[in-house]
Amino acid sequence: MTRRQWKQVVATPFAAWAALALGIGLTCGYALMGASPFKPAIALAIAACQAAVSAIVFMRLDRASALVRFAAVSGVLWLSFLFILSFCDYLSRAYPP
Amino acid sequence: MSQTGVTVREPWPDARREETGLQFAMWVFLATEVLFFGALICTYAVNRWAHPAAVREAGRHAAFAYGLANTVILTLSGLSMAIADRAVKEQLGALAKACLWITLALGTAFVVIKALEYYKDISDNLWPGPDFALRGAGARPFWSFYWVATGVHAIHLTIGLGVVARLLVFAHRGSLVRRVPSMTISTLYWEFVDIVWLFLFALIYLVGRT
Repeated sequence: MTRRQWKQVVATPFAAWAALALGIGLTCGYALMGASPFKPAIALAIAACQAAVSAIVFMRLDRASALVRFAAVSGVLWLSFLFILSFCDYLSRAYPP
Repeated sequence: MSQTGVTVREPWPDARREETGLQFAMWVFLATEVLFFGALICTYAVNRWAHPAAVREAGRHAAFAYGLANTVILTLSGLSMAIADRAVKEQLGALAKACLWITLALGTAFVVIKALEYYKDISDNLWPGPDFALRGAGARPFWSFYWVATGVHAIHLTIGLGVVARLLVFAHRGSLVRRVPSMTISTLYWEFVDIVWLFLFALIYLVGRT
């Protein structure tokens, strides 16, 4: 294995995994701290960062074509519509009854 | 048809276009999966918004140690799968094969730990049936979400194990390094299953921690 291959094949994924492990540590540490504010939001924000690292490095979106990147973002885009429209409804009426 | 050592299938004119086409198709499939799991998570969000205290209380009963162990295992399997993918592209067949075996072992460990966790949950009457152990308006929807989301995720992971086993068959036949597109789309699937778990971990196992 050449030096370039070592960096490309092993070192870069390990660096990404270290970021994921750091995320796990942060999210657990914050969740286990006493009465900290915005726990679910922070846990989900860290999960979103971990998902981005995984998508970019492990799933190779960093080297993907524009078409592939567009397809990758489309799911998140439509999901955002689902959440926006759902909560437009729930937040604008008295619930739970 | 073969081009630069990579098997190209009909109707693709070359390996690069085949890989891009299959990547595109896989990402479109994964977008539908995002909406599938996203719809489940939306029901969770509505329940969490309507009954925050009951959901926190229900979340306290989730087996945090099992969840954390599975999170570490799954991220490690994502690492080994990513290395296998890159190794195939660099024609490093032996490394790819070793990493696929590691992925298979870690994935199997995940399923075993999940089964142990399910056994504990059922023993604790956390199945939202007639003998459900918890009270509170949001507890049943929380645990219904738990069983559906983690169950469907475990099915996805089990399918992933089959996909990895198929790649190992190629590796044992010595044809894995010529099957770059198969390796690429299998990696996309496996990593997606990992990503889903990261969100499930945050929503299920961390929500009731103090």
